[in-house]
Amino acid sequence: MVENWLLASRRKALQQRALIIHGIRQFFIDQGYLEVETPHRIPTPAPESHIDAIPSGSWFLHTSPELCMKRMLAAGYEKIFQICRCWRDGERGSRHVPEFTLLEWYRSSCDYRALMEDCEALIQAVAGSVGLGERIIFYNHEIDLRGPWKRISVKEAFECYAKISMTEALERNLFDEIMVQDIEPKLGLERPTFISDYPAERAAMARLKEADQSVAERFELYIGGLEIANAFSELINPAEQRKRFDLENSIRRSLGKPIYPVPEKFLAELEGMPPSAGIALGVDRLVMVFVNAETIGDVVAFTPEEL
Amino acid sequence: MYSAADLRKGLKVVIDNEPYIVIAFDFSKPGKGQALYRTKLRNMITGLTIDRTYREGETFEPASLEERAMQYLYREDHHYYFMDNETFEQIIISEEALGDAKNFLIENLNVKVLMFRDKAIGVDLPNFVNLRVIKTELWVKGDTSKADYKPATVETGYMLRVPPFVEEGELITLDTRTGEYSTRVKG
Repeated sequence: MVENWLLASRRKALQQRALIIHGIRQFFIDQGYLEVETPHRIPTPAPESHIDAIPSGSWFLHTSPELCMKRMLAAGYEKIFQICRCWRDGERGSRHVPEFTLLEWYRSSCDYRALMEDCEALIQAVAGSVGLGERIIFYNHEIDLRGPWKRISVKEAFECYAKISMTEALERNLFDEIMVQDIEPKLGLERPTFISDYPAERAAMARLKEADQSVAERFELYIGGLEIANAFSELINPAEQRKRFDLENSIRRSLGKPIYPVPEKFLAELEGMPPSAGIALGVDRLVMVFVNAETIGDVVAFTPEEL
Repeated sequence: MYSAADLRKGLKVVIDNEPYIVIAFDFSKPGKGQALYRTKLRNMITGLTIDRTYREGETFEPASLEERAMQYLYREDHHYYFMDNETFEQIIISEEALGDAKNFLIENLNVKVLMFRDKAIGVDLPNFVNLRVIKTELWVKGDTSKADYKPATVETGYMLRVPPFVEEGELITLDTRTGEYSTRVKG
């Protein structure tokens, strides 16, 4: 037998991982969702300023299955989910691998608030399926999984945890730094936390809030300071979506990054999409939470460095 | 030039004209935001550590450090004189830059001097050096009331704890990494 001690030491985490994925699948099937598989290799990713796709021939490996899944929504599939591999170039750290597993689910006739309830129900159900109770230990925090989970707006989070306001952070171009250094580490330490209503320019494909057009109906879920999921009420206005893609591409150009062709078929079909909401949840991250892993490398069979 | 994406533990870079070594590093990316490279860096001259966060696209000049084999010659006030073993060039290193290394410098000791932009910034010592004890209390054989260790001063002026049986004028071996007594040198 080849001695690969590191790989052998991950057995427990990989067994839990398999159970977690099984639990997720069971949850959505029980809820009447259709499990779908969309192509991993696509002609163009959704242009976003800070997400880089890995080219595959003249096409790209998808960075998320969202474009294809939204086309399915537009074609009348009302409740769909997918668990698949995604690729994002250059993302490697204690919480990132460039090839990772995403769970995405989409629902028509609802907005992002319904997805918060889905998150609570899903994660509680999965905890049960791997033999965990209402309290888990993660990153040295005892986290209570019982609902309702904490909900806080981005604006409030800046008021609570940062030295400057959200508006000032945006003006001074410090939003991301403050998020990473001052806010994220405080989120979801006692119970999972939804942080919502991101500045409009931080949500390329989300619907703006009717009552306040400066923010988008987008939330992120954090557990123990770790970002687990990103969700929003879908923007269903093709003209507006095209404008935003163009803006994202112009930011990419200014950063010296390759620009991506606009996904025309997606834009054409967006017209017919019913009001919907969708969410992407990092499965590797969720496994980290449930097995109390310090790094993402502890919950995958191979890290890129080991290949 | 390095870019932020090259940052990793152990990388040596120039920041504000001083050499730093990356001692901790992580990649982070707040949802849909830009890639941020969080680092903890140690100033290789002062030893102080700083936390810095860099964005994608930021660039760094590599800190090229050169190690030169030298011999310690002598000291004048707070200046320590060394000679390059190959070129016979003499250089001066300040007491401040030497740090704890000054406690173990005896004439003709072979060391490695770390150079940054032609300036000496530190000295790598051998792990063990022999130094003569110039002052310590007498030990009365059989006296068990005293502690297991007693203070002693060696020829460089450095003070340390030694076992009771070590006598003035004896040569002892010190571990330069911990600054502690290691053994007596026989004969």
